[in-house]
Amino acid sequence: MTVQPRSLFEKVWDAHVVATRPDGQALLAIDRHFLHEGSFHAFGMIDHAGRKVRRPELTFAVADHYVPSHSRSKPIADPEIANMVTMLEANAGRHGLRHFGLHDPAQGIVHVLAPEQGLTLPGLTIVCGDSHTSTHGAFGALAFGIGATEVSHVLATQTLWQRRPKTMRITVDGVLGPHVTAKDLILAVIAAIGADGAAGHVIEYAGSAIRALSMEGRLTVCNMSIEAGARAGMIAPDDTTFAWIEGRHYAPKGALFDRAVEHWRTLPSDDGAVFDREVTLDAADIAPAVTWGTSPETAVPVTAAVPDPGAEADPVRAGQMRKMLDYMGLAPGMALEDVPIDRVFIGSCTNARLEDLRAAAAVLRGRRAVVPGLVVPGSVPVRRQAEAEGLDRVFIDAGLEWGEPGCSMCVGINGDLVPAGERCASTTNRNFPGRQGPNARTHLMSPAMAAAAAATGRLTDVRKLDVRKLGAS
Amino acid sequence: MDPFVMLTAPAVPLDIANIDTDQLLPARFLKKPRSAGYGNFLFHDERKPGFPLDDPAYAGARVLVSDRNFGCGSSREGAVYALVDGGFRCVVAPSFGDIFAANAAKNGLLTVTLPEDAVATLRRQLQENPGAAVTVDLPAQTLTGPDGRALSFAIDPFKKECLVEGLDDVALTLRHQDAIDAFDRADAEARPWVVPGA
Repeated sequence: MTVQPRSLFEKVWDAHVVATRPDGQALLAIDRHFLHEGSFHAFGMIDHAGRKVRRPELTFAVADHYVPSHSRSKPIADPEIANMVTMLEANAGRHGLRHFGLHDPAQGIVHVLAPEQGLTLPGLTIVCGDSHTSTHGAFGALAFGIGATEVSHVLATQTLWQRRPKTMRITVDGVLGPHVTAKDLILAVIAAIGADGAAGHVIEYAGSAIRALSMEGRLTVCNMSIEAGARAGMIAPDDTTFAWIEGRHYAPKGALFDRAVEHWRTLPSDDGAVFDREVTLDAADIAPAVTWGTSPETAVPVTAAVPDPGAEADPVRAGQMRKMLDYMGLAPGMALEDVPIDRVFIGSCTNARLEDLRAAAAVLRGRRAVVPGLVVPGSVPVRRQAEAEGLDRVFIDAGLEWGEPGCSMCVGINGDLVPAGERCASTTNRNFPGRQGPNARTHLMSPAMAAAAAATGRLTDVRKLDVRKLGAS
Repeated sequence: MDPFVMLTAPAVPLDIANIDTDQLLPARFLKKPRSAGYGNFLFHDERKPGFPLDDPAYAGARVLVSDRNFGCGSSREGAVYALVDGGFRCVVAPSFGDIFAANAAKNGLLTVTLPEDAVATLRRQLQENPGAAVTVDLPAQTLTGPDGRALSFAIDPFKKECLVEGLDDVALTLRHQDAIDAFDRADAEARPWVVPGA
């Protein structure tokens, strides 16, 4: 009997099917369920129905979306925001869940915290009421975002009904150029396939450029899978993955770790595994990227000019481009490197890990920021390590603010907003209208590029600055 | 949730691609309880002069016809609450954000996916005949536009069943309780590292 070659995704999926309906819907077992302050709707649903959390030991609550970036010694001033943070604690407490609250030494953005604490492991199914749950696929987990009703379903049953998605393999071979990072790579992918290019698909990222990435870089790539419309993004686990996991707080230890690694080594896609779609990119073609519009698919090399809607044949598309340019306050044909910025934000579940902060600090060391900016590490451990390395001093000496961990100005719901009309160079994942605040203008880019923009006050090709130390996601 | 079977109602066209859930429901409203009236927050920051949803010609619209990648972005179910509480029962587009589409089905909001040119034609007809109605027949899986042409659409059979019957899927899942228990027992043997031990 020949065994059908299977992809990484297929192996993880098949291992979690509890039941299948005749119409093809599968009931999937869920190994990890992460919750944040926004889960109050879901707790309300299970409480209303009188249901309990089925597997509290697999369910973790993390305060990240509403936590303050500034001093945490005083109570949160806004009563509605304070209520979001305390409501999560109350719901977690009532249902007996581990809660990483405002003052926990492990606190951070859930998609930074969980890998750091060894909660994210290869081969797991992971869900969270947050679209950037795709981040955890960097470990070879099947991880995706869900809505409140699905969160309540997972709380009550530790399962989820899903239709098996299609598969797409994105292969990036070659070597990324100097100052070209994982962020530039994923922006190039999204620009190539479009913001809905991977809708209904799970992406597997493969190729030598992916294999060469650190775990931080892989997390950045998988994080933005959702910005290409993908259900999830995955990268096969390898020695880089296992080395990252070993010794972390919740990771298996000793003989159990060895047994797990033995299993994890069976997960990578078999030779001959078939994907519904194949996309290839050459790493050498990828340049430091920025977005010009209000969708991540508008990423272009920083050396490019603002595109001209007049050159677009489809009148509806041309109208949509004009609307984006109008919102962004840009004129067709303008060199992106001539676009002045008003502030920078370095942070988010995309780019707030140690490697990101090191890359930004490498650019800013010995320089002054000419615009205001905020640097928000992804977790308390990241913040402590950055401080041990003196990175906080680099940012503070450059004139930037050094914040406390959380989602902060990526989504702005803790009160960190880009003022209306201001243009922000941002290491985040979404440049949607109003995302960082009503009428705020967001240009997405890597940490090194945001740091370069801070130093010059305009969108800047970091390759043109003299920077000593390289390497970042 | 309210079952969805048949709907004949005015439709409003929205010529915008990549309408994300931040536009549907700006993040600052996420901390509001559902009782705050999510319909008031729908497209809150997009309500500028000329916005079709505020055009009296489209008053009473219950169907929204938009462009590709509708509902992309954040997983916030509040974006669906805003549409449903704002009176909408159906959104038509060439493609949808996956999480949005899943959330919609859980709340009785039908997402109809049709080819890009068919949706563009539908939007144009609605712009030329403001206030015109469309008819959605979910059991037959057809959408009939102002020109009287019935367009067939595909839908996941499970989603269709849940919508037509207004099913709560936790109740459905609990029928598989024995299978879930058996899975958990076998998995604890096969992958003992899954439950964090620390």
